[in-house]
Amino acid sequence: MIWNKKDLLGLEELTKEELELILSTAASFKEVSSREIKKVPALRGKTVVNLFYEPSTRTRVSFEVAAKRLSADVINIATETSSVRKGETLIDTGRNIEALKADIIVMRHNASGAAAMLARHLNISVVNAGDGWHEHPTQALLDIFTLKEKLGRIEGLNVAIVGDIAHSRVARSNVWGLTKLGAKVTVCAPKLLIPVAIAEMGVRVVNDIEDALSSADAVNVLRMQFERDGETAFPKQLEYFKAFGITSERLKKAKIDIVVMHPGPINRGIEMSSDVADGLNSVILEQVTNGIAVRMAVLFLVDQARDGKRQDTD
Amino acid sequence: MKEKAKILDKETIARAITRIAHEILEKNKGTAGLCLVGIRNRGVYLAKRLADSIKGIEGMKVLTGALDITLYRDDLALATGQPLVRKTEIDFDINDKIIILVDDVLYTGRTIRAALDALIDFGRPKSIQLAVLVDRGHRELPIRADYAGKNIPTAKNEAIEVRLSETDGADEVVIIEK
Repeated sequence: MIWNKKDLLGLEELTKEELELILSTAASFKEVSSREIKKVPALRGKTVVNLFYEPSTRTRVSFEVAAKRLSADVINIATETSSVRKGETLIDTGRNIEALKADIIVMRHNASGAAAMLARHLNISVVNAGDGWHEHPTQALLDIFTLKEKLGRIEGLNVAIVGDIAHSRVARSNVWGLTKLGAKVTVCAPKLLIPVAIAEMGVRVVNDIEDALSSADAVNVLRMQFERDGETAFPKQLEYFKAFGITSERLKKAKIDIVVMHPGPINRGIEMSSDVADGLNSVILEQVTNGIAVRMAVLFLVDQARDGKRQDTD
Repeated sequence: MKEKAKILDKETIARAITRIAHEILEKNKGTAGLCLVGIRNRGVYLAKRLADSIKGIEGMKVLTGALDITLYRDDLALATGQPLVRKTEIDFDINDKIIILVDDVLYTGRTIRAALDALIDFGRPKSIQLAVLVDRGHRELPIRADYAGKNIPTAKNEAIEVRLSETDGADEVVIIEK
């Protein structure tokens, strides 16, 4: 299996074999973070630029840690304090970063397709760290990696995704990745938060949380972004928790070893209760740890592809 | 690509392993502090065979580990093929241990250079020694083997292929003309 993409833009365009290569490469990289000296020289002398047009702490920090464990130099650009404020276009910003002789841009942007557009205009690598409502490939990869580590396989698993499916790039990337690898996906949310076309992606749609959990091997609980609603949020939060919140009572009716995931940050008492978040089924912190290994693998693979390496050697 | 000659077969490989096991024990006066670390891929199997042989001689089990040197290669930036990153598994503390690094073929010495860098990221061993099944010459770095199964003078247009039953279905070493 050969990786020849200089960019990682989404899971939709990847083959099953490419997904599996990222997962197995990530499994090798996981060991690095368990060492006393958590660093390998694979990207020594390379420069990774984190270009974030939306606020993000956990994804940016995870990419930064991953790049540093590969010995790359990391530069963080928060657009609130950059020339973007002065009206520079995305492509001009990208070309300027390329002119600095950076090697990889990790970008989060509020417009769907922004990463793909930037990648088309640049010779350096672009890794999508979330674009609008489109995709967040490394989040889905780390979810799938964690699931595979916990349950030993992806093929044939029943995975429920609960929450704001309509506005969630995490959900979209997870659906692409999981279905390509042979899992059966059920999405569950209030009717208004389920996009009309979702069934075409080959998933089962339910509106009842107990129905979603009943046959699930794993449940991925998405964050509800009530902060965007302003003051009216509070009664809605309680209502959501009552109808869709993951509680230990609801888990009692599910499989005993159901894996509970959440991309973070958790709203305790809204998406899930505290005892579930901290309970035995929760793998939320393992997801954070695995995120580093997955992002190391992605940075390594896209960098190798750009260097024009094609065939595998022993 | 044609096979020119078979240099080692199943029996001679087994004898070479036994002899190297004896030499390791003689040089280090037993198994105290001794650990074997194989370089992926075939070095790992050779390290396991050496450990079995040492157990047969001394009755002591020595620790073994596996090292993947992909991330330490000095030719990562050259267009020589996309390397597969495999797992490094060293589940013990290497500080103050005597580490026997094991590989199938010693050629330019660049793999061993990378392996030394990789090992030292895990700690400060008391010493590192090198055991190889075949030493084919043409060193590009000041590196030598402490234990060699066989020295085989080769031309640069030849390749040495080590086949082991664990990965290739049979035990043999052949010279291949490119």
